[in-house]
Amino acid sequence: MAETPTAVTARDVSGDERVPFSTAIREWVAEIGIPRLLIFIFLVVLLATAVITRMDLASLLTDSLVRAGRNGILVLALLPAVQGGVGLNFGLPLGIVCGLVGCVIALNGGVVGWPWLVAAMGISVVLAIPVGWAYGWLLNRTRGQEMMVGTYLGFAIVSGMSIFWLAAPFTNPTLVWAIGGHGLRTTLTLSGAFDKLLDHLWSFQVFGVTVPTGTLVVFAAACALVGIFFRTRLGIAISAARSNPRFARAAGISDARTRVQATVLTTVLAAIGIVIFSQSYGFVQLYTAPLLMAFPAVACLLIGGASVTRATLTHVVVGTLLFQSILTVALPVTSQVVQGDISETARLIIQNGMILYALTRRGDKA
Amino acid sequence: MANLVLELKNIAKEYYGNRVLKGVSLQVRPGTIHALVGENGAGKSTLMNVLFGMGVIRDTGGYQGDVVLEGKVVRFGSPDDAMQAGIGMVHQEFMLIPGFAVAENIKLNREPTKPSILSRVFGKKLELVDRDRCGADARIALDRVGLSIDEWAPVAGLPVGHMQFIEIAREVDKQNVRLLIFDEPTAVLTETEATQLLQVMKALAGKGLGILFITHRLDEVLEVADDITVLRDGEVVAQLDPKRTTVVHIAELMVGRPAAVAHSGVREGAKAGTPALEVRDLAVRMPGERVESVSFELRKGEILGVAGLAGHGKIGIANGLMGLFPATGKVLKDGRPLALNDPRAAIQSRLAFVSEDRRGVGILPDESIELNIALTAIEAQGRFLHPGPLEPFRLLNGRLVRRHAREMIRALDIRCTGPKQHVRRLSGGNQQKVCLARAMALEPDTLMVSEPTRGIDVGAKERVLELLRQLNRDRGLSLLVTSSELAELRAVCDRIAVVYRGKIEAILAPDASDADFGLAMSGELHSGVSHG
Repeated sequence: MAETPTAVTARDVSGDERVPFSTAIREWVAEIGIPRLLIFIFLVVLLATAVITRMDLASLLTDSLVRAGRNGILVLALLPAVQGGVGLNFGLPLGIVCGLVGCVIALNGGVVGWPWLVAAMGISVVLAIPVGWAYGWLLNRTRGQEMMVGTYLGFAIVSGMSIFWLAAPFTNPTLVWAIGGHGLRTTLTLSGAFDKLLDHLWSFQVFGVTVPTGTLVVFAAACALVGIFFRTRLGIAISAARSNPRFARAAGISDARTRVQATVLTTVLAAIGIVIFSQSYGFVQLYTAPLLMAFPAVACLLIGGASVTRATLTHVVVGTLLFQSILTVALPVTSQVVQGDISETARLIIQNGMILYALTRRGDKA
Repeated sequence: MANLVLELKNIAKEYYGNRVLKGVSLQVRPGTIHALVGENGAGKSTLMNVLFGMGVIRDTGGYQGDVVLEGKVVRFGSPDDAMQAGIGMVHQEFMLIPGFAVAENIKLNREPTKPSILSRVFGKKLELVDRDRCGADARIALDRVGLSIDEWAPVAGLPVGHMQFIEIAREVDKQNVRLLIFDEPTAVLTETEATQLLQVMKALAGKGLGILFITHRLDEVLEVADDITVLRDGEVVAQLDPKRTTVVHIAELMVGRPAAVAHSGVREGAKAGTPALEVRDLAVRMPGERVESVSFELRKGEILGVAGLAGHGKIGIANGLMGLFPATGKVLKDGRPLALNDPRAAIQSRLAFVSEDRRGVGILPDESIELNIALTAIEAQGRFLHPGPLEPFRLLNGRLVRRHAREMIRALDIRCTGPKQHVRRLSGGNQQKVCLARAMALEPDTLMVSEPTRGIDVGAKERVLELLRQLNRDRGLSLLVTSSELAELRAVCDRIAVVYRGKIEAILAPDASDADFGLAMSGELHSGVSHG
């Protein structure tokens, strides 16, 4: 024994404890979370099966990246809500509907290409701000039940908007039903001028994997902006009010106001998210399409490691990549192995199981 | 040994290494009233929790010693067990269902029943409630406590005094009750109601029940008690015979303890100049606190203490001034009116507050030390931010926050691994220093500190107190220190205001006698009020 194992450092440190290796591993697992670990292992197994059965791994990875970029901002949209203390925003369809209206108005005006994208986003944001404000007002009146209220409000809005799509005076013949001449079609094709604008921007190939650079860059930029926002005075106020409303009140912050601000932000991001989603997907889906869109987004965030009361950008990115990769890889792999499609079943089990799990652990680490 | 209803033998209890009960013994004889008196934090509630088998006790490692009920050693697993064994409790907060009638509340879950068609098939659980007998039983119980209200009136809307008596009636109605515990029952009652209650207690004792009476009101103690036990710092300091003692003597025993630090004497500087804070007729609506009409002056550069028993309003004063609870009244800060009910206005007028509720209001446990220190200044004053055109979107200046946190950590001697450490990981004393640092980051000239040493271990207490003295001396801060521990107020304050029933009862010098403080706290210092 050359060294004394109990050497005390000169620094005055009280919280610095050394832990044995086994505890360190246990803590590490606890930190990552068992569900996240299982899902990760599941993904690895899927990928391994894909390699063994000689599937086209490169195209699987390409699809995973495309789907991650496509859904990323919708997942990111949940972050301000969690940080603002209104929980998981199951009312995401509210913002999504605003985004869809933006898309359709821009299309109806006959704008194409980049101007379409800019116009669609601009209109979406302008619509989403008052909608988010009203939604936030409602959430303040129904404190403690935000997630339930959000879910049903989302359902109600999507159904209400179905009437709007049918009745609104859109005239562009490429959008309305061919027979009858009014009422929007259920799916609007963006093929040609606007399809995959960002996906194709600066895209390149490595080892056969096509990287949808533009969409990923926009996702990254959105993440960075949200990250910076939470370092501003307003952003800090929002997360402080979530973390401890009474502390915030003592600092002169009104948590009723910060909750509304967080809700506006989540709604605006959802609106932008659906525009990005649509350009990447190549279609604008109307009517009941947004009905269940909040659920996969919420599952992504939770798989990333977020809880009902705490979420970070890492949770957004990791969760989106994990969940979307599983969705992409599971379908071809399982159909290869079991001669049938269980991917939809797997998706529903993972997605809803994850949401259920998170709700049971509510406030665990608050 | 005569037959006793209850005997506590050497009860000891530790919370996380903090000894709150150090071998308490007391005996309750049947047919007598035993009064248990003591300051806040003397260990009365812990003792009751032990007696009632509350979960907190078990979860924190149980207790030592024995609880002997009618000659048998008992160890209750839950309050339910205690009630089964014949202990009744009259709570400070009412445990009544507002929508139910008085009789229903009294008989709840113990209703007399009669068979019904359903019960013949499905068993006893489905028997009908016998409303007539229910009402009759309730009537008897209500008469025993001297309450003449209709037993079928709904509880909602009754005056609080009545609710208190219904609580008692419920306990009295229980057939097997041997011991009744009254936990500060007169706190919410009017003078006449209190007198009536004392008579009821006497009558109940006359029927052979043992009564344990916990109270702050010493005159009541002398009036009804047969035995008196005085608890202080988890120890029995005296067991007295009410016939051979006085209110003054009990008061001395309750508060009297050697001051932790010798007082430095009133300083000259604290006397001159305009007051830092003038408070006129302040009333604050804060749950469990009673601030009705408080008027005082905080002189520039002085340390003014606020003492008083729990619920009498001492905590409410600072919370009201800071705008954390709805307040009315007239407050001048440096001669200018201060807007009430607006925390931001209070902060901007260079008033700062360290809350008594450290975990609830004082800290963001899962944020870093540096952010905790800077946050209020960021939000209320826009400090620690990069310049930018749009006020709300100015970016946090991380370097400034870090540098300031390091300075504070050094100045206040916060023991931590660094400014990034989460505040949850710090000890109570260091969390309190973070709270002080946060208040200091606002660069206040007047600081209000409530319960500065609550939940802090002994060594750290002294450091926090020294810090307060240092802030006052070196930075010329005026301080309003509210505390349940009289000894610490006496150690740091220039003057001490004693609050009783929502008003300032007296302002005493720190070296006034224990008896004076005791009397002022129980509202009996009618003469010789020294507005020193």
